[in-house]
Amino acid sequence: MSRFRFSREPLRLEECRGELQDPLCGGYASFEGWVRNHNEGREVMRLEYEAYETLGCKEGERIIAEAMEKFGVARASCVHRIGSLELGDLAVWVGASAPHRDEAFAACRYIIDEVKHRVPIWKKEHYVDGDSGWVNCERCAEHADTPPVRRTG
Amino acid sequence: MNEIKVEYFAALREHTGLGAEQVRTAARTAAELFAELDARYGFPEMGRLKVAVNDEFGDWDSNLADGDSVVFIPPVAGG
Repeated sequence: MSRFRFSREPLRLEECRGELQDPLCGGYASFEGWVRNHNEGREVMRLEYEAYETLGCKEGERIIAEAMEKFGVARASCVHRIGSLELGDLAVWVGASAPHRDEAFAACRYIIDEVKHRVPIWKKEHYVDGDSGWVNCERCAEHADTPPVRRTG
Repeated sequence: MNEIKVEYFAALREHTGLGAEQVRTAARTAAELFAELDARYGFPEMGRLKVAVNDEFGDWDSNLADGDSVVFIPPVAGG
């Protein structure tokens, strides 16, 4: 199993967690991101995730490798849902296991933060009022490594 | 002229109504190709975009080659 992957189906947490079990490890930490019912003052009814999967898997894998290198965790992985999700659904799962808990917590935090800002995944929110829209990450502008592309129109 | 495969995701996919297309173009760089397609489709304002060439993050100003694939990446929103 790839350490970073996308899933069109609901995640089976026992399986995700099972991949991280290791006799070397005494600490396991995980993070779950859930679909919440509001964003920026609007009531959200459901949402859709879409990903550029080929590049997303490569970038996700790089993030996991960075986390393992930086924090010395024994194992780490991340699964992100794509497709249509309802309120309360699990949208993203991150787990890390390590000999001690500090590294596992730190690796989890690093992975989710980097995934949110680097992996090409887009979220479309459907609002209670019938409107919908693609959500833009607030940190993307400062992270973009390119000047804005000039529009011709 | 180069033949470039352009793939669209999210807001750009919805706006163009296309998942992907083959574009015959004189554009030398991804930035020029973006400008050409923006003139055709009138892309929505999305803030700063990144670009991928052949499924890796690329440079807007690097030269494109015949047969390259290009993806324009609007600000992401995972998690």
